[in-house]
Amino acid sequence: MTGKEQGGAAVVALTDVAKHFGSVRALNGVSLEIRAGECLSLVGHNGAGKSTLVNIVNGTLRPSSGELAFPRAGDAAAAKAGIRSVFQELSLCPNLTVAENLRISHSALRGIGWRRKAAAEIGQSLDTVFPGHGIDPMVTVDSLTIAERQMVEIAIGFAPRGGAAELVILDEPTSALDAGIAEQLLTHIRRFCAGGGAVIFISHMLGEVFDVASRILVMKDGLVVADRAAGAFTRESLVAAMGHVAADAPEESTASERALGDEVVRTDRGLSARKGEIVGLAGLAGHGQAEALARLYLGSTSSWKSPREPRMVFVAGDRPRDGVLPLWSILRNASASILPRITRHGLVDRAAEEQVAAEWKQRIGIRTDDLANPILSLSGGNQQKVLFARALASTAPIVVMDDPMRGVDVGTKRDVYTMIRAEAARGRTFLWYSTETEEICECDRVFVYRNGTISAELTGTDICEEKILEASFELQETGT
Amino acid sequence: MPALFSRAWIWSWLATIVVFGLTLTLTGRNGAGGLAYAALAFGAFSVIVGLGQMLVITLGPGNVDLSIPAVMTLSGTLALKAMDAAPGTAFLGLAVALLAGLATGLANYILIAALRLPPIIATLAASLVYQSVAIWSNRGLRIKPPEALADFATGRSLGVPNVALVALVLSVAVWIVLERGAFGRWLLASGQNMRAARLAGMPVERVRATTYVTVALFAGLGGYLLASFSGGASLDMGQEYLLTSIAVVVIGGTSIAGGHSNVPGIWGGALFMFLVVSMLNSYGLGAGIRMVLTGLIIIGIVIAANGRRARR
Amino acid sequence: MTRLFARHRILLPVISLAVLLALTFWLQPRAMSYFGMNLLFNLAVPIALATVAQMFIIKVNDIDLSIGAFVSLVACLTATVLVQQPLLGVLALAALVLAYAGMGAIVRALELPAIVVTLGMSFVWGGLALFILPSPGGESPEWLSALMSVKPPVLPMAVWAAAVIAAVTHLIAIRSGIGTVLRGVGGNARAVARAGWPVVRLTALAYGLAGLFGVLSGMALTGLTTSAGADVASRYTLLSIAGVILGGGEFVGGRVSPTGAVLGAFTLALAASLLSFMRLSPDWQIGSQGAILILVLTARLIFTRRGATR
Repeated sequence: MTGKEQGGAAVVALTDVAKHFGSVRALNGVSLEIRAGECLSLVGHNGAGKSTLVNIVNGTLRPSSGELAFPRAGDAAAAKAGIRSVFQELSLCPNLTVAENLRISHSALRGIGWRRKAAAEIGQSLDTVFPGHGIDPMVTVDSLTIAERQMVEIAIGFAPRGGAAELVILDEPTSALDAGIAEQLLTHIRRFCAGGGAVIFISHMLGEVFDVASRILVMKDGLVVADRAAGAFTRESLVAAMGHVAADAPEESTASERALGDEVVRTDRGLSARKGEIVGLAGLAGHGQAEALARLYLGSTSSWKSPREPRMVFVAGDRPRDGVLPLWSILRNASASILPRITRHGLVDRAAEEQVAAEWKQRIGIRTDDLANPILSLSGGNQQKVLFARALASTAPIVVMDDPMRGVDVGTKRDVYTMIRAEAARGRTFLWYSTETEEICECDRVFVYRNGTISAELTGTDICEEKILEASFELQETGT
Repeated sequence: MPALFSRAWIWSWLATIVVFGLTLTLTGRNGAGGLAYAALAFGAFSVIVGLGQMLVITLGPGNVDLSIPAVMTLSGTLALKAMDAAPGTAFLGLAVALLAGLATGLANYILIAALRLPPIIATLAASLVYQSVAIWSNRGLRIKPPEALADFATGRSLGVPNVALVALVLSVAVWIVLERGAFGRWLLASGQNMRAARLAGMPVERVRATTYVTVALFAGLGGYLLASFSGGASLDMGQEYLLTSIAVVVIGGTSIAGGHSNVPGIWGGALFMFLVVSMLNSYGLGAGIRMVLTGLIIIGIVIAANGRRARR
Repeated sequence: MTRLFARHRILLPVISLAVLLALTFWLQPRAMSYFGMNLLFNLAVPIALATVAQMFIIKVNDIDLSIGAFVSLVACLTATVLVQQPLLGVLALAALVLAYAGMGAIVRALELPAIVVTLGMSFVWGGLALFILPSPGGESPEWLSALMSVKPPVLPMAVWAAAVIAAVTHLIAIRSGIGTVLRGVGGNARAVARAGWPVVRLTALAYGLAGLFGVLSGMALTGLTTSAGADVASRYTLLSIAGVILGGGEFVGGRVSPTGAVLGAFTLALAASLLSFMRLSPDWQIGSQGAILILVLTARLIFTRRGATR
């Protein structure tokens, strides 16, 4: 790949591309060229049009108007032009092995011994992108952790697959990866671009964006509102360009001011929380935090009883798997956890239901004109707000949150932080698993997980990136 | 969404009306009353078991009760045996039939939940056992139902078959629970995403257990009424309801993927299934052709009802 | 851990077949002979073929409620048209395979529930069978009867046939590239479609393969029984589903095992013979089949739980 000259013909060129879904204008006339060697970062809120743009580039969607060309390959089909996509939601076949999954996207692999060839190719790609990954190409994907699956998917994206990857689209590739692995990926992206490849990188983690992008494209309401070299942005100017004014550092919020009550949660594995406390679960992704929360929640509630006043509610982060009820309206999704409270003689009091939902729509700022709209008509961030509303509308004194900010934009996050602090001040207890340090720093007390157990308990000023990382990695330093 | 729901069942009703009309072109208009009465009487049994099957199918992918025919046979047989044609035992028989339904429903649920068997396999395997129990208890006897009960099952009130009235009462009850009740919400949510429903604090296991018991109770009632209606229980009396119960649910516009049910559609589907057969009969077609056409018509309706959804 | 689990998956069908076989031999030592085994397993061959057909459908996350009626139809065709007009018979059987492929294409292209479409098709196959052969009868083509009653060395035909069927379907469904893609359709159809595969055509292929094995099953059945009837194989629908599950398959997710399916079919066939050896009252024969099914699946649950806790 080193032979390719920088610049030259664009890998992909869009001319005034627009995309409408019915009356919704998802993309409003975008012109864009991506050249070899570029790492283009796409930023913007949920619903700004990033996914639509990406899906047009990779050929999943056809533009309603405008032109899409691949000048460098001189071919009209994205697949033949070496355009690869790694999607935010996992798109591997869990019943197949890692090597067999490569076969799905590499149809030229055939004949006797294809499996061995596939294993060699994916193994090599994994070695290149994630040195020391420890993934066996012959195991089935369902035996891998989420992070490992993400790694496999990325490796398939960069694998030669009979040609060479010209442009790799990475949509939130690091969402399931811990810091070390994410850093390996960023290093590889830089290497790949230096070798003449192009990358479209979508991430909500601005640190990563500045780390890796050579050019940043800001989108808003289906339009490109800024397109500059990465060096021309600062963190603040980027956030401003996206349309959210960066608020100042949060006012004094933490427990020092809030009166904490008695202990309301204590598990035999050491997790505990007091009334009114925001407890964080930190550590590298996939080290048992989500399991600890699921165990706590499922153990404290019943699948036989549905009390009027539940002890605990759950906010899901993996929305399609754990949260959203896809056939239902926003209203029904929001009221899902409070049904026993608004039921009389077995029948749901619909007036009360609408009242509660309308109140929370207001309080949490769900962007919709009608709560009767289907939940799937909302963007991901707004769906997440509905899930927050579902939990907070209940009377439960304990709220369990399983990485609830995945794929949520900065503005929504700020809103939610404020909401959580206000609820905590009223005496609610929060247990909050997050992979992002920024969120963990909102907490009063933090349990750091490592290999499925608690490796440290931090409070007050100890809650900082350094201490958390220390506790997450300690074993590797002393374990020799 | 409401507009969609209303369209989901209108299909089966349209098809029913068309078939009704086509049959009348042959039999003449005089037959209209009789045909409608027969359709209501015979369709009522499909409605009763179809309602139960609908609730199960609403529970989500993989949920279906294949033991309905066996439960019908078993409860019909046991009920008639308990009554032994003695007068004044109708309620005893009903209680026996419902008890049989309760027991089989609980057994099905235990197999599904405790042994974690896929419902198709669990109800299939269990139905073989129920069938054996029915064979063993029946021993080829042919007991007539008590006369009063037979009169009720074959009789009419206000010109409507009594069995159809029973089916109507059940339908209304199911409709209210699904549309307005908290239980209905829980059921519909479980059908969309069982895990999400559980994490939202819903009593999903209770819903699942109740549903599997309900379908068996409905099948028990259906078997009891059918045995009384047809003058005795036979070992294959439930057989046709395996396919029919699923067909009426799907023709009626209930989503086979779960999370969405449709009560009026069950009636459309049930009447339609009866009328198609009687139409083909009145055209004087042979058994083979009749079956082929029934199959093609079922598929046609499903394509018409689903294609609309897919193209939406 | 998962490898262990994967090994368990095939281990269980093997063990359950072995246990049943041991029981049978213990109850009826004379069955432990070339002739006895032949008697025990003869009818298992068409069941195994039908089970493999069902496996191809389950592999793409669908379920086929029409395979029994289809096998019956094939048997009727084989016992009549194929004898009287061989060329027309072959064409008719080929057309049936294509019809199956078409059924798959329709199911996937229109996003119809397979369980309902196949339910409807079971009426169609059954009606056609009645039309061709209104009452049981017909005769098997001579070459077919000869093939089914061949006496190979060491082990009876049924056992050799099982090995061949398992090997061939393992190659098609597991080892081959296209079989892998088909399993991918069961595992994550969207991902396969995204990678540029025509999922409708792949589904049609899976159904077509099912149709092919359904045709083989019907022919094998006719060759064995030397006559046919419109409902001669109606039990096969349930037997084939049970066989796939007994063999370690799952209803969703493209997790199937061809070898397991063949073993599962043989286990079910053996269960029927075993019950008659045990001199059970005929009232309870059907019920005991259900009980055995439940028993084996319970054993499987214990196995997989152990596998999962390792």
